[in-house]
Amino acid sequence: MKKNNWKGWLYLLPAILFLGVFMVYPLVDVFIYSFEEGYNSSSQTFWGTGWYNYLYVLHDPYFIQALKNTFILVLITVPLSTLLALLISLGLSSIKKLRNMFQTIYFLPYVTNTLAVGLVFMILFQTTEYTDGMFNFVLSLFGIAPIDFIEGPYWAKMFVLCFYTVWVVLPFKILILTSALASVNKNYYNAALVDGTRPFRVFRKITLPMISPTVFYLIITGFIGAFKAYSDAVALFGTNLNVAEMNTIVGYIYDMLYGDGGGYPSYASAAAIILFVIVLTITCINLLISKKHVHY
Amino acid sequence: MKVVLENLTKKFPGRGKTSPGVTAVDNVSFEIPDGKLVGLLGPSGCGKSTTLNMICGLEAPTDGKIFFGEDEVTKLSPELRGVGMVFQNYALYPHLTVEENIRFPLENLKKEKKLSKAQMKEKVLEVARLVQTEELLDRKPAELSGGQQQRVAIARALVKMPKVLLLDEPLSNLDARLRIQTREEIRRIQRETGITTVFVTHDQEEALSISDMIVVLNNGAVQQMAEPQMVYDAPANLFVAKFLGTPQINMFEGRVAEGKLYIGDEAVMAADGAKDGDVLVGVRPEGFVLDENGGLAVELNSVEVLGRDISIVAKHKAFVGSSLRVIVDSENLSMIGNGQVRFRLKPAKVYLFDKTTEERIRL
Repeated sequence: MKKNNWKGWLYLLPAILFLGVFMVYPLVDVFIYSFEEGYNSSSQTFWGTGWYNYLYVLHDPYFIQALKNTFILVLITVPLSTLLALLISLGLSSIKKLRNMFQTIYFLPYVTNTLAVGLVFMILFQTTEYTDGMFNFVLSLFGIAPIDFIEGPYWAKMFVLCFYTVWVVLPFKILILTSALASVNKNYYNAALVDGTRPFRVFRKITLPMISPTVFYLIITGFIGAFKAYSDAVALFGTNLNVAEMNTIVGYIYDMLYGDGGGYPSYASAAAIILFVIVLTITCINLLISKKHVHY
Repeated sequence: MKVVLENLTKKFPGRGKTSPGVTAVDNVSFEIPDGKLVGLLGPSGCGKSTTLNMICGLEAPTDGKIFFGEDEVTKLSPELRGVGMVFQNYALYPHLTVEENIRFPLENLKKEKKLSKAQMKEKVLEVARLVQTEELLDRKPAELSGGQQQRVAIARALVKMPKVLLLDEPLSNLDARLRIQTREEIRRIQRETGITTVFVTHDQEEALSISDMIVVLNNGAVQQMAEPQMVYDAPANLFVAKFLGTPQINMFEGRVAEGKLYIGDEAVMAADGAKDGDVLVGVRPEGFVLDENGGLAVELNSVEVLGRDISIVAKHKAFVGSSLRVIVDSENLSMIGNGQVRFRLKPAKVYLFDKTTEERIRL
């Protein structure tokens, strides 16, 4: 340790203070709450400590439903959206004409107001007295009977949620991937051309390894983002997600805090810690896998 | 394999409708003999890299033809031409080891040319031995020095035994010492394999030191093609004379009258065979001999002692350019006084150029 070390800490102080008060303290607090049994928020008392909150949450059918929904959502949307984004970015980088126009179109959802997006999805999927929705209309052309996507069977609702999620996360991924593709030095492709490399091999052996750090970044952030999904489900199915069977883990936490039967910060905390453990585990697995497959 | 370029032209379209576009290579024709090492030399923007890319097949010529031996390859794609290319920044795949990099072109071979793993391994080892990188095979490019990367890049280009090896500015990313080492290495590899090799450089020393032939390019046109010493000793025009040689050639306003060459008012040497009239006179720095009775008198500015030689910086009223530089043997140091110095010119180091066409006037 050198002298004048306090100066460094002084420079860090504002950041440390803010992070400490608004990030670290709440985290620790959540952790403590999750072990306080029978916590009463108005009197701020509890009658014991232990694993009861966790047991309650893990046996709550609503939580199990939320857990299931979240996992289905994650497992479908993350690979699908990354793959789609990769295909679209590859397409975008290989065309010259109208490229900017397409790039703008693909980026539009990112800057579009959530309400407008909700409206579009209403038109697409909502069944009203007058129409079964655009999507059902298209299905009817193939002779498929109309399906109620908003209040109908579980799989239909899950389909809409996944569709919506993929659509919402796609622009950002396309943006990141197109810039990653553009930053691959053209000489690699020239070298491959001179060597007579077939296009698919160029993609698999050169392009993909070169952009692998970006792809893994997108997969990891995609996993984390999808595990934290909540607002998308609300936008489609309203706030009463438990009834709609479309709740997510974050939705469950929110309901426990503020929902109709709210006022259970201990259960919310326990669920939050469970979510944290899940995300941490998945991210660690991702990082371990990426070490093997990401170059540099 | 001999390489023939016939009236090769490359025009790049301009941006927008109003801009006229650029002619990077303008009606270039030359022939590269089989098994020779040829340097394309010129200042940046002269079209040398474009020419190389057209020989490689990465760029399609606007006009003209390219032959490898007797076969026209103008419209063939690079992999069908049988060329190996070493890129300026080497373009080694960073995620593959040296061995995988060198093997990469072999893995692309299809059908009857397809090689077994053992055959590939053998070929990779053979070429790695040739460029002396066999102990580096397990490393990634990032773990190699610039010179080693260069050699791996050459190995990758050579592993398919191309008919023609192309190198784009092969030494520009190396430091001065490595540059000299590597250029000898390139020379050695070329000799051992006997593959017709074309390389591009803006560095005259590089081109002069290892090439069998030099093609000097400027503004997309061939200025001269000759052996290195010839390009220096017998420049075809003013550009070649000025481009080659450090320090640069000294240019004077001169005049030919009655078979004599005048610089200023003094007759400096005989000029039989040249027509009377104004000319540009180029004298190489080593073309001056101290001589009390010499025809050329210059005002001394300074004398720089370089050990083996001395470099004299001087003034002359007919001189064109920034500084007149003369290099003489250091034994002459005592003969140089102050003020005026007189020189006699070595006729072989004096070149006359037409003032308007800038072409050499042969004596």
